[in-house]
Amino acid sequence: MIKDITIGQYFPGNSVVHKLDPRIKIVLTVFMIAELFVCKNFYSLALACSFSVFAVLISKISIRLIMKGMKSIAIIIVFTSLLQIFYNDKGTVLLEWWKIKITSSGLCTSAFMIVRIMALIFVSSLLTYTTSPTALTDGIERLLSPLNYIKIPVHTLAMMMTIALRFIPTLIDEIEKITDSQKARGADLETGGLVQRAKALVPVFVPLFVNSFRRAYELAFAMECRCYTGGEGRTRMKKFKLCARDYLSLVIVVLVLAGIIVLNYFFKAVI
Amino acid sequence: MDSNTLIKFEDVSFRYESDSDTPNPLALEHLNLEIKNGEFVAVLGHNGSGKSTVAKLANAIAVPESGKITVAGMDTSDESKEYDIRQNVGVVMQNPDNQIVATIVEEDVAFGPENLGVDPDEIRKRVDEALKAVGMYEYRFHEPHKLSGGQKQRVAIAGIIAMRTRCIILDEPTAMLDPSGRRDVMNVMLKLNKEMGITVVFITHFMEEAIKADRVVIMDSGKKVADGTPVEVFANEKLITDCGLEMPPAAVLAKKLRDDNINLGGDILSADDFIASFEKYMSGEAVK
Repeated sequence: MIKDITIGQYFPGNSVVHKLDPRIKIVLTVFMIAELFVCKNFYSLALACSFSVFAVLISKISIRLIMKGMKSIAIIIVFTSLLQIFYNDKGTVLLEWWKIKITSSGLCTSAFMIVRIMALIFVSSLLTYTTSPTALTDGIERLLSPLNYIKIPVHTLAMMMTIALRFIPTLIDEIEKITDSQKARGADLETGGLVQRAKALVPVFVPLFVNSFRRAYELAFAMECRCYTGGEGRTRMKKFKLCARDYLSLVIVVLVLAGIIVLNYFFKAVI
Repeated sequence: MDSNTLIKFEDVSFRYESDSDTPNPLALEHLNLEIKNGEFVAVLGHNGSGKSTVAKLANAIAVPESGKITVAGMDTSDESKEYDIRQNVGVVMQNPDNQIVATIVEEDVAFGPENLGVDPDEIRKRVDEALKAVGMYEYRFHEPHKLSGGQKQRVAIAGIIAMRTRCIILDEPTAMLDPSGRRDVMNVMLKLNKEMGITVVFITHFMEEAIKADRVVIMDSGKKVADGTPVEVFANEKLITDCGLEMPPAAVLAKKLRDDNINLGGDILSADDFIASFEKYMSGEAVK
């Protein structure tokens, strides 16, 4: 079950998107998310979405893969769209039954929301699919490095993220092993109601936590052995250098943002 | 001090901190040990014999209760020298999963030199060299959690080599590995010792590994009970079994044959020794 989650995974590749500087990629993603939120009508939304799809296409990441990742949050999408339908009472009433009123504007905003959320997932999963976790944390560390001046330990946070990412697969393996061994001891993890099943997970999580603390201790020991003293005086093997395609992509995204603002201005807002 | 000595334990005693009021027993008792540059030393002992404590002390992770430890002339109790000592002595631990920091093999190997503030181009060079030395260069872009135990351990070794340490202490690096992984790790260490002149302290409880070392040290309840070449140490069978260890299988077989009046002669420790002696013996028999 846990292994099906694709959000946050990295798929190595050789496309332009893969080759972009991680710092730029993070900035671009923030821009594209902002674009999706700036959209006020279907025309601007269409522009923002088609640009997101275009970005996915040139990254050569299969759209089916992203769709698969969307499955896990399908409930959220359905829930938000239903809320939009039921709680919007503007526009012409299409259907009225008891206290529920479905209006044209409700349907519109609901459709708008669905498209927007899906596009958001497209954009954000594109970032994690095409950037290795290390490049991502490196990028974040470097982007946020000015925060060091106001005493925010950026390096420490980035290191914590790297280690968390590094240990996710290890811990998933461990959960599976513990589950199996508890089952072998007769633990019943699959039947009963929700509460009962949640209770049955206690014997899985207790050893997991105990083991994690032991791992953390050993890892700290190993890091000390390798002369880790924190961010100060540390160099990095990978050098980041911005090149033409980084600047170009930034220009394109800003142009799209400008286009969206223009479309917002010329057409009537739906939302 | 002898300039050829890299690590020196002088009358070292150490005990772990205890959670209760009663103090823990001594993990090391008046230990004297000297590791010379370029040596390959195997440290043997059953669980709780103090062999892992040796690794922690030599790396300045812990300081002795009494006595003195020097690494390349630096006292480990001098806190200002802590990181200089760790640049001389690297440690590889038992569980490979808990010592790999990064999500990509080459990034992990770069972790040590990055901490030391080495120039990026130089790090690149060292990482490639280190990965080639342990035979993991083709795996440089892999994710560590997808590698086998032996491969992970070799990545961990590369991480230490990239720091250009003079000595690597391996604390039961093969305990969690399958036989082929064990062989790989041992062969890599033998190669690094011969070709790069790296001093190796190999802590283990596998006899087959110990007999490949230049020197074997046996620990028992915090004390050093034997120290010498494998042939010298394994000659004293009673001592080996008293320490809760087992004689190498080839030596046991040779002894059984000797008991049956078939004396193969020579010092037999490994399977190869046995085969060589046995062939010699058989050709001798044929002449008779």
